[in-house]
Amino acid sequence: MSTVTKTNGGGTQTGDNRPKLPIYLDYQATTPCDPRVVQTMLPWFTEKFGNPHSRNHSYGWEAEEAVEIARKQVASIVNADEREIVFTSGATESNNTALKGVARFYKDRKDHLVTVVTEHKCVLDSCRHLEQEGFKVTYLPVKKDGLVDLDQLKSAITDKTVMVSVMAANNEIGVIQPLAEIGKICRERKTFFHTDAAQGVGKIPLDVEAMNIDLMSISGHKLYGPKGIGALFVRRKPRVRLQALMTGGGQERGFRSGTLPTPLCVGLGEACAIAQREMGAEAERLKMLRDRFLAGINKRLPEVFLNGDLDKRLPGNLNLSFAYVEGEGLMMGIKDVAVSSGSACTSASLEPSYVLRALGVDVELAHTSLRIGFGRFTTEQDLDYAVEHIVSAVDRLRAMSPLWEMAQQGIDIKSIKWTGH
Amino acid sequence: MAYSEKLLEHYENPRNVGALDKDAADVGTGLVGAPACGDVMKLQIKVNEQGVIQDAKFKTFGCGSAIASSSLATEWIKGKTLDEADQIKNSHIAQHLALPPVKIHCSILAEDAIKAAIADYRAKHPEKTEG
Repeated sequence: MSTVTKTNGGGTQTGDNRPKLPIYLDYQATTPCDPRVVQTMLPWFTEKFGNPHSRNHSYGWEAEEAVEIARKQVASIVNADEREIVFTSGATESNNTALKGVARFYKDRKDHLVTVVTEHKCVLDSCRHLEQEGFKVTYLPVKKDGLVDLDQLKSAITDKTVMVSVMAANNEIGVIQPLAEIGKICRERKTFFHTDAAQGVGKIPLDVEAMNIDLMSISGHKLYGPKGIGALFVRRKPRVRLQALMTGGGQERGFRSGTLPTPLCVGLGEACAIAQREMGAEAERLKMLRDRFLAGINKRLPEVFLNGDLDKRLPGNLNLSFAYVEGEGLMMGIKDVAVSSGSACTSASLEPSYVLRALGVDVELAHTSLRIGFGRFTTEQDLDYAVEHIVSAVDRLRAMSPLWEMAQQGIDIKSIKWTGH
Repeated sequence: MAYSEKLLEHYENPRNVGALDKDAADVGTGLVGAPACGDVMKLQIKVNEQGVIQDAKFKTFGCGSAIASSSLATEWIKGKTLDEADQIKNSHIAQHLALPPVKIHCSILAEDAIKAAIADYRAKHPEKTEG
């Protein structure tokens, strides 16, 4: 008997057919490793432990072969050439390498980058570091639906712009940016186009050729692969050059030194292969689940607002504001459902989600938001249970919310002079 | 997450949730915090002729720590005189619920809510303020 036939990813049924608690609805934070992926990885930890860079014996050769097969699988899901794939430790490293590596390499000729305010922290933070090194960065706003304005993007690009970095799909609101249009603009203006596709790969069709993408960051654990591995696509024609962040033995064609973790590479490859085969059917199923969930909530709760566009969105993401109920208080009330909140209260800063604020969502409503993410192992029963749970917690908390009371009495909460603290 | 059992118990079974008639002469109402900060507490007291808090009610928009802090506050002030209730410090609430450092502001808000309710009652009864 295999030891990896079950996952903890939600959807796993316990013996008497009840859902496993808490139900995992945080698929944008991470996904469980697919058991098929784990099976493929296992031999590479033990009997096939060779260093893929060892050239003198069969231990090394078989590991190298496995890594190269995995590289092909990763390349294939985004229509790249395997020679354009660099393995990294994850999307954070890929984003750092893409932004800092390219900017530093071309710094004698170009000194400007364009990105978007709703990007992941690791992109924004890399940009901040580049600003300290003397680069200029334009942070584009987004529209109310979370999408970047293409005219604004066009006018932000100058002759000095080395790179435009726009994420494929947002980690909080799941909104998918118009990559093909952005790629076309960048190619015309002769600037590189990088996309952080950590949330997108394996969920939506991505094609580096059709979309004119020059660099793309990929994460293993967001697509049912292992944690600790990712990849960076770096285009060969026209060639993109970059200064490596990690130097040493010159592995990965000098882009990223360090011994490749064979089991993780194999796992990422297998995860990509599975996703490429199953993406279409999975997306259909997830959209059906999403519609069912949304209908269940909307039928029973008034004043619930969707953040971000519904159509241009990852099939497994919802971000909802439950007006008059604070997000962290709500999460405590639904402890059998694992989700995350855009409320500030989990952080020390007291600032709610910068992504929701960038959409123009009121601070009051941003505090009431939950991100609900589902995926490969989420079942209808899971979501039905979650709907029940969320509805009863929201009802309970609204009954003890002074803001809900005021709203019911017709008092506009914006008309009150709040004391703050 | 390291929330104390006492905190979780107050969150699960909050005491004295509800509302009193804010226009009644024997009721004082405190409304503190702001929706934009993610915390709003409304705390009300009903005071008898002897200046003793007979009843207290609250409604809170906020995280679990804010709900628990206001629940505990209402529990503590019931049966106390206004002067005694005025002595309750946020540090007592924070200590009792073992609030983590990032949640201390919830206990400060609860203290503010008690003080605001007492101030509102006293404003309705200027003849009794010297006590």
